[in-house]
Amino acid sequence: MPHFLRYLLRRIGLAVITLAGVAVFVFLLTHILPSNPAALRAGPLADAELIHKYEREMGLDQPIYVQFGRYAQELLSGNLGESWKTGQPVLQELGERLPATIELAATAFLIALVVGVTLGVLAAVYAGSWIDQGVRLYATLGAAQALFWLALLMVHVFYYTLDWAPAPLDRLTIGVAEPPLVTGLFTVDSLLARQFSTFLDAVNHLWLPAVVLAFVVSAPVVKMTRGSMLDTLNADFVRTAKAIGVPQRSVVVRDALRNAFIPILTMVGIVFGYLIAGNVVVEKVFSWAGIGQYAWNALTINDFNAVQGFVLLIAVIYVGLNLVIDLAYGFLDPRIRLG
Amino acid sequence: MDVPLAPRVAGRSARTRSFGYRSLKAVGRWRLLSFGVLLILSYVVVAAIGPELAPYEPNATHPQATLHEPTPEFRFGTDKFGRDIFSRVLYATRLDLSIAFSVAVSAFLVGAVVGALSGYFGGIVDDVVMRLVDVLLAFPAFILAMALTGILGDTIPNVILAISVAYVPYFIRLTRGEMLRVRTLQYADAAVGVGNPRWRVVLVHLLPNSLTPAFIQVTLVLGWAILDAAGLAFLGLGITPPTAEWGVMVAEGAQRIITGEWWTWLFPGLAIVIIAFAFSIVGDGLRDLLAREER
Repeated sequence: MPHFLRYLLRRIGLAVITLAGVAVFVFLLTHILPSNPAALRAGPLADAELIHKYEREMGLDQPIYVQFGRYAQELLSGNLGESWKTGQPVLQELGERLPATIELAATAFLIALVVGVTLGVLAAVYAGSWIDQGVRLYATLGAAQALFWLALLMVHVFYYTLDWAPAPLDRLTIGVAEPPLVTGLFTVDSLLARQFSTFLDAVNHLWLPAVVLAFVVSAPVVKMTRGSMLDTLNADFVRTAKAIGVPQRSVVVRDALRNAFIPILTMVGIVFGYLIAGNVVVEKVFSWAGIGQYAWNALTINDFNAVQGFVLLIAVIYVGLNLVIDLAYGFLDPRIRLG
Repeated sequence: MDVPLAPRVAGRSARTRSFGYRSLKAVGRWRLLSFGVLLILSYVVVAAIGPELAPYEPNATHPQATLHEPTPEFRFGTDKFGRDIFSRVLYATRLDLSIAFSVAVSAFLVGAVVGALSGYFGGIVDDVVMRLVDVLLAFPAFILAMALTGILGDTIPNVILAISVAYVPYFIRLTRGEMLRVRTLQYADAAVGVGNPRWRVVLVHLLPNSLTPAFIQVTLVLGWAILDAAGLAFLGLGITPPTAEWGVMVAEGAQRIITGEWWTWLFPGLAIVIIAFAFSIVGDGLRDLLAREER
């Protein structure tokens, strides 16, 4: 156990250092770079007086180390500052929009996991066949996809041509009331409130953006599952299972897939990267009111506090997730923590 | 359903496969790789002579033919200003490829040198570099590029800088990993022994032998950089209208999604998807090829 404890502490220590580095990096981005946030906020037509007023308001007239001290203090007390646009705390605004993003991203992730693992296993079991070729083509197309374009294509097909999906405008049809707030996920909340027509409307708006996002996200899942499954299917214990007469399908599903899952675990971090990056674009195309659209709005109007808050939130989730994966991996595979 | 237990290729070891079968597989792989290379070369040709091939100037408007469907006169149709989309797609090739090459080359150069020095010297330098890499990798690449472009301002050099910064850590890691391997080889000691300064041993003797993984990565980054630059432009960041650029054009076409003028966004998007696909299969193909040679 001391070994594992040492591994644990080392990983956590590295994660903390990384997050501290991220905080400094983000500060440098928004404070040292040549652009003047106050001038950007005031707009191109502003006079010097307004810019000075904003500079004082935002503390930009202070020496840089004073600014950093204030920034670090605020961060440590969990304060991401206020949006210059709305005057609301950034953390609160992000919190209000997070459920929309979670609903979309989680749905996409589940679809991607089911489709990706199924295709990956099929490709490995029938390696070299046309099934394998097809799956690999699917993964290559998914990994090198212009998501914004694919989203438009899908909207054109399923909304404009077939009329199977509603117009890509937010999470509910205009006029349909939001369900009473519990989780913020409209599908869950509407079910909890027994508003079935609202539930159907929410699902109707959700499925297309989720499928589009899932296609891109499933690509790394397919690749990892296929690779991991191929290795496991070649392992001695699978040959033994086969030799002692375990039914074929049972070997694939129960013995091989279960062992293949350990390497697949590491992929969750990569998948999260795809999810978040894709999410911004998909939210834009479908006018989905999540944190991706919030960040996009903030970037286009130079609302740096909001941008900073978004970027920090993503980094914290990303680093935290990778830490959990590392620890789980070390826990499952002793060679890693002892190495 | 008959579920074969062992995978058809890797399951039976390669030895039991006939030479003919293996050659066939190799040809298949070569064919895909060559197909990708051919696609890339044709894009390079279009980048070079596209403006000669284009029937119209990229920003020339035809007020009598706005949002015109594809016809022999306007092969990919026209946008809301009556600009010829075919000409704009051709013109954009040079810009998009230049951005991709600038990103890949600068990220490669910086990443390879920093990674090599870090891997060879180790110690405190290596620690600092690796922590910096951790910080950059704490963001998904596109998110980092997006924030950097938004903060730096909407110019093409800023887009190149932003995307390069997002990919530098990958090159640092790959080159550093290789350097850790080659620095223990005997010829490294020999090079030091005959009196070469250490920096020279790293950059002249060891670095060229540590570049294979980074070299493969260049091909992949070329594709990703095009997707990222176009994706940023689609979000209204970096490259802005009226520049003829694929992402900008898709963004302008996206405004027509409700009214159904599909040609405004379909063709520039196809231009992106095809070249990204080509870089991807070439990158994957090279990785397979070089990985096998090393075995």
